[in-house]
Amino acid sequence: MIALQPVGDGCVDAPVLRERGQREVFCGLTGIIWLHRKIQDAFFLIVGSRTCAHLMQSAAGVMIFAEPRFGTAIIDERDLAGLADCNAELDRVVARLLERRPDIRMLFLVGSCPSEVIKLDLSRAAQRLNARFAPAVRVLNYSGSGIETTFTQGEDACLAALAAELPAETAGAAPSLLVVGTLADVVEDQFARLFAQLDVGPVRFFPPRRSGELPAVGPNTRFLLAQPFLADTARVLEARGAQRLAAPFPLGIEGTTAWLRAAAHLFGVGAERFEHVTTPGRERAAVALACHRPRLEGKRIFFFPDSQLEVPLARFLARELGMQLVEVGTPYLHRQHLADELAWLPAGTALSEGQDVERQLDRCRAARPDLVVCGLGLANPLEAEGLTTKWAIELVFTPIHGYDQAGDLAELFTRPLVRRDLLAAA
Amino acid sequence: MQLAVWTYEGPPHVGAMRVATGMKGLHYVLHAPQGDTYADLLFTMIERRPERPPVTYTTFQARDLGGDTAELFKTAARAAYERFRPQAMIVGASCTAELIQDDPGGLAKALDLPVPVVPLELPSYQRKENWGAAEAFYQLVRALAGPAERKGAKRAAREPGTRPRCNLLGPTALGFRHRDDVAEITKLLARLGVDVNVVAPMGATPADFARLGDADFNVVLYPEVAHTAAQWLQRNFGQPATKTVPIGFGATRDFVREVAELAGVDASAALADATASRAPWYSKSVDSTYLTGKRVFVFGDATHAVAAARVATQEMGFTVVGLGTYSREFAREIRAAAALYGVEPLITDDYLEVEARVAALQPELVLGTQMERHIAKRLGIPCAVISAPVHVQDFPARHSPQMGFEGANVLFDTWVHPLMMGLEEHLIGMFRGDFEFHADAAPSHLGRGAPAARSEPSPTPPAAAPAAASLEASQTVAQALWTAEAEHELKKIPFFVRGKARRNTERFAVERGLSTITLDTLYDAKAHFSPR
Repeated sequence: MIALQPVGDGCVDAPVLRERGQREVFCGLTGIIWLHRKIQDAFFLIVGSRTCAHLMQSAAGVMIFAEPRFGTAIIDERDLAGLADCNAELDRVVARLLERRPDIRMLFLVGSCPSEVIKLDLSRAAQRLNARFAPAVRVLNYSGSGIETTFTQGEDACLAALAAELPAETAGAAPSLLVVGTLADVVEDQFARLFAQLDVGPVRFFPPRRSGELPAVGPNTRFLLAQPFLADTARVLEARGAQRLAAPFPLGIEGTTAWLRAAAHLFGVGAERFEHVTTPGRERAAVALACHRPRLEGKRIFFFPDSQLEVPLARFLARELGMQLVEVGTPYLHRQHLADELAWLPAGTALSEGQDVERQLDRCRAARPDLVVCGLGLANPLEAEGLTTKWAIELVFTPIHGYDQAGDLAELFTRPLVRRDLLAAA
Repeated sequence: MQLAVWTYEGPPHVGAMRVATGMKGLHYVLHAPQGDTYADLLFTMIERRPERPPVTYTTFQARDLGGDTAELFKTAARAAYERFRPQAMIVGASCTAELIQDDPGGLAKALDLPVPVVPLELPSYQRKENWGAAEAFYQLVRALAGPAERKGAKRAAREPGTRPRCNLLGPTALGFRHRDDVAEITKLLARLGVDVNVVAPMGATPADFARLGDADFNVVLYPEVAHTAAQWLQRNFGQPATKTVPIGFGATRDFVREVAELAGVDASAALADATASRAPWYSKSVDSTYLTGKRVFVFGDATHAVAAARVATQEMGFTVVGLGTYSREFAREIRAAAALYGVEPLITDDYLEVEARVAALQPELVLGTQMERHIAKRLGIPCAVISAPVHVQDFPARHSPQMGFEGANVLFDTWVHPLMMGLEEHLIGMFRGDFEFHADAAPSHLGRGAPAARSEPSPTPPAAAPAAASLEASQTVAQALWTAEAEHELKKIPFFVRGKARRNTERFAVERGLSTITLDTLYDAKAHFSPR
């Protein structure tokens, strides 16, 4: 039996600066941009305003799709004035959509700020439409509104809705592992291979690639979160009897090792075997990180809040690449899920939750960090002020988890620094 | 409710942001939920602006809804004034804030800030981006235009020898080529001996608005944004406004004549300058002969669509087979132009309807927006962008006006580029079995990334939009069956005209009650429909 790695106290009890003010973040609707690619036979129909539709195409429109698997049912004046029955209108739109896309097997009705404020009951609409279109199409709902969700929380809301629909495992099912959170396909395959070599299994991934492949869940299910922003999904899974394995997140060598170890521990994998299986990956990752370390070591980094990935990323950059953390901002800090991560953060790290963007910009300008991780609304303006930035959204759209992506993850942070030097030398 | 896959325009508050971001010394306080700050990206990424838009959002969340969102707005407005010290402010609500009815205008008034605060009422569930820009500009002009003593009074005669001056109205942030159009038209006016008084809203401060009345007349570059404001200026300062939008060689010459008349200057030198634009010669040169009669579909905002249709027919020798706009406010202009070319106008903001129309018409070139690029890619039709909405590649680093004589040069290059070049088109008509230069391959000068009609577009579009049904009897044509031989022969027709040939033959067969289409039917139809 291998022992779980003991961790220090780091920032477990560290004070957190909580601010209210203007928040420069995405709403949860943006999660659709990667979710619609992961679940290939699902369609995401936002029920909202022209603003929601505009957000989606501004965020995703640079890709020329012949046929995106998302759209918006735009609420108009007639719906608000009660001249049209919102529910009848929604049914009509859904019928037209499903006629156009007969290949769709799962339809998500996605709530937005306007639909939440007018209290349009999308869960009842989903029930009603389910009765009409089952079994060909399954209709679910969740909210991706800005008033309730920030960026990656949209995935959490989606997966929480889906988790409630998972089939129940049979009584006396063998213990199984569920990996929760959208991972790039290549990463998912790598983890599946590692688990197989460790003899950990059965392992299922959630969300699945197709809506027909939903994993079963129950008291014998143990789950590992692959992403730090899945508070509600974890709660739903726990309500269904599944138990979460506490672990840091699989970013970098240490994070990945500890994450895998949590699973190995559960399945009684011997220490020797664990070492044998993970050593090649760890060694490769160490080689890959070694070329990035000289560029990042000692550099000061500042995180604006965006995706909740900030704490694990900061931990990786500080411990494995020697960066200094000026401020680590996160939209939401889930102390329980991040317990191991916080313990690994260097003591004294300035943490902030929430945002008052103007004041945070003042702090950032005063600190003059070497690298600022921020959203696209701030990146070019900060570059124009002479600061070097790394735009945060890319971290959600790039394979970064696991051993074989550790070098790529480090490279995302060295690239802007390398570029600055190249252009300065010209 | 409307099913939208893509939307041509954003909500009206984005239009107001375009006005505020284009200007200097103006700040916009927007009551909006968390997440609506995505709109900043339009300016910092798509237009690559090096500063944040001058917009403060209240970014309320669900927990605020139980509390005092009005207080939140007041705090944000006060803080924005203190931090940015603008010359004037605009305040308003986004779509969600409109539902909670906090009245930003009234709240801001109660703050009693020491600068003009202009409230904007933008009905988000009814109006769209361009209307929002026009309304914001109009309200700012109403509130700030001066000089006060000129208002309603006749301007004193100028000193003899003073050059006439005009305002350029309409350019905004995030406008399609507004940056270079302004430069081009300013140059053209200078050549005519006309000075530019104020360019607004782009580049202007609220203080500059106080000088609007000093101009002799207004040049309305973008009616979608500036029409209402120009009308107000005409009523209150007696300034006439230009009506011709100088896109295309012919329209630019008309514009020069119109300006010359308003300014009382001599236009003959500018008009006689044969070197002003290379486009007319390029179009006359024999290399362009193969462009004659190419069937184009035109869609965009009304201004750019009407201008493009004129250039396409009169200056390029194309045939316009479809013309439409998403600008409902300018539907009349599109209807008039469509009548000119004998086509049915398409006034819609429904992307699926446009897609159905393009599929039904099977043009050889689509001139449209970013959205029509999606449609054209799906249908394998060459496409060039003539109007917003556009993405980052249409905010280029190089000088790329659409207006004036240089704009005509840009149009020629841009529109011809996606078409297969003449020699290749001939060779493909002659030899069909080539393993790389075959009829279904992309034009070879475009490399591998260009539209290639890999599979023939289906005759009926997947979304049976109402427009398609009214157009041609596309449902019934499917009843006539193609013989294998005729189908094989059809494949020998180059892909860019094959869709049209298929359609014509099927129509020919249906009209004659033929149940099968043979080789002879194909050639009978060809003879029947041959250009006379």
